[in-house]
Amino acid sequence: MIEATGIKEIIKPENLVYRKTDIMTDNILSYCPGCGHGTAHRILAEIIDELGLQSETIGVSPVGCSVLLYNYLDVDIQEAAHGRAPAVATAIKRLLPDKFVFTYQGDGDLAAIGTAETIHACNRGENILIIFINNGIYGMTGGQMAPTTLEGMKSSTSPYGRDIKSMGNPLKMTDIVATLAGTYYVTRQSVHTPANVKKTKKAIRKAVQYQKLDKGTCFIEIVSNCPSGWKMTPTQSNKWMEETMFPFYPLGDLKVPEE
Amino acid sequence: MEKELRLMKGNEAVAEAAIRAGADGYFGYPITPQSEILEYLMEANPSQTTGMVVLQAESEVAAINMVYGGAACGKKVMTSSSSPGISLKQEGISYIAGAELPCLIVNVVRGGPGLGTIQPAQSDYFQSVKGGGHGDYHMIVLAPASVQEMADFVDLSFELAFKYRNPVMMLSDGAIGQMMEKVYLSPQKERVKVFPEWATTGKPPTRARNIITSLDLDSDGMEQHNRDLQAKYQVIREKEVRLEEFQTSDAEYLLVAYGTSARVCQKAVQLLRAQGIKAGLLRPITLFPFPTKRISELASKVKGILSVEMSAGQMVEDVLLAVNGKVPVKHFGRLGGIVTTPEEVVDNLKSEIIKG
Amino acid sequence: MAKIRGSIVVDAERCKGCEVCMVSCPTGTIAMAKEVNGKGYYYAYPANQELCIGCANCAMVCPDGVITVYKTKI
Repeated sequence: MIEATGIKEIIKPENLVYRKTDIMTDNILSYCPGCGHGTAHRILAEIIDELGLQSETIGVSPVGCSVLLYNYLDVDIQEAAHGRAPAVATAIKRLLPDKFVFTYQGDGDLAAIGTAETIHACNRGENILIIFINNGIYGMTGGQMAPTTLEGMKSSTSPYGRDIKSMGNPLKMTDIVATLAGTYYVTRQSVHTPANVKKTKKAIRKAVQYQKLDKGTCFIEIVSNCPSGWKMTPTQSNKWMEETMFPFYPLGDLKVPEE
Repeated sequence: MEKELRLMKGNEAVAEAAIRAGADGYFGYPITPQSEILEYLMEANPSQTTGMVVLQAESEVAAINMVYGGAACGKKVMTSSSSPGISLKQEGISYIAGAELPCLIVNVVRGGPGLGTIQPAQSDYFQSVKGGGHGDYHMIVLAPASVQEMADFVDLSFELAFKYRNPVMMLSDGAIGQMMEKVYLSPQKERVKVFPEWATTGKPPTRARNIITSLDLDSDGMEQHNRDLQAKYQVIREKEVRLEEFQTSDAEYLLVAYGTSARVCQKAVQLLRAQGIKAGLLRPITLFPFPTKRISELASKVKGILSVEMSAGQMVEDVLLAVNGKVPVKHFGRLGGIVTTPEEVVDNLKSEIIKG
Repeated sequence: MAKIRGSIVVDAERCKGCEVCMVSCPTGTIAMAKEVNGKGYYYAYPANQELCIGCANCAMVCPDGVITVYKTKI
């Protein structure tokens, strides 16, 4: 049925239901087409916007694809050395306890070189939010094997597939930090569908509230895609992620506070 | 207010001076011979008095990155370690220098390489003065020669660090860190409540966001950043040289030494003068910037120079550059944690410089 | 009975043509253009604007935040 109403009559300020938040800058994201980083950034920016956190947010970006996070979020940000974001964030939060402090780290950064900093910040129960983007690969350096790379998964440094005997097992960092007494809320989410975006956003909103209440470390893993590194189209990569990544990294809460 | 007199170890003096200087945070990791700094701070518990944060990190690597995070918030923060731990901190120091953050790093030097020894040495000159980590950068390096200076240089280090937005290293050694001397302590300073305009403290609507990074993927931008850094180091070279001279006015032979070796050399000068040899001592207090100009001037007046350092000869390279061939320059020093004696210095000056 | 009508505006020059919006759209509103934008991507566009219900699914999953959504009751 053809509606009588024209497009021009719908596109009016009073009918606006969704636009990019101003906390996201107008810089064009350096990520490949379809990469989940952009969506994860935007969700975080929306929370900062909706909760009015801009003036109290201090972020810490990692080394990796999201090293340029500070170009995209209109908040104060420190760029940390590879893997050291939880240590950097520890000091920020200790010295400025009233601020909202988060780290944003990839799996190479957080689960390989930064394992010690991650585990100890979580174990001390530093009152920070750690957002962990896990796409099973080193994206920025060109698709090398990460600690999170699945068994049999091909990468530029596991060209015949990850061989467990010689290359070791994929590491479930989120499961590890969930066992630590210092973590308060640990969850694994994704951002590849509207429903998952909503869940992840809800998780970040919770983490902000818990940080305000001084509850300890909140840790949100976002299982994500790397179309370029996986050598797939974006939509193929999301399908592959559902079929192959999610069975090993199942979505859902790993540690929830008793409320 | 009057200064308080106490008998303290050098390491304890650093810790007490940090509290009194109004430091906001200390992040450390135990290593001999400097663990007293962390121990003293934990016992003093300044979080209950001045509000200073003291945290034992999981590693030297974490500690220096905590310093990065705190310094980027515009806070007065510091760490301390000894040689192997400083090696671990070098990555973080490079980032701090690149991002132009102010902080204090205390190095109570022990012998190396590797795990080396826990005894005092001065073999970290290169890793302190020449960079240490990757990239073209300098720390301002202060070399205390007494417990008093270990206390006094804390405040001075923070002053210089914030003036130049640059990391400052206090290059001590296991002898000064461990020995006890009387020390006059400054009165308690208030912690600063006003942040520098570049600090990441949460973006208010009134300013653009603050970004602390050492990264610039644009090569032109990175070259300019490096040129700006070098320009800053040049200003530091021109304005911040500190040194002390002992009996140099009529000296025919010059000893150059810092820290513990300078104390040994002061005695050596007295022994040499008793034997009728006109010796003098120049003690660099800043190792970066190095007192190149003054050494060059003295090189025109003396017959020879002995650079004394508890190393295989590191500072001597800067002495040679300053002297530029005007007179003979030799190095002397004991290694592996052995403190040079005044007699050894006397003998060495005679055999290597005066006879030679 | 009131009917929901939506509309989307795609910032075509910022779109990277990943198609994630297209597969997330429940009504088949979005298609990929046959021509490329300045960056060389086949950008998304509301090929069947009249089908749009303004659910914002597309905008929610867009990694580059290039979609603005409007909705009204008629």
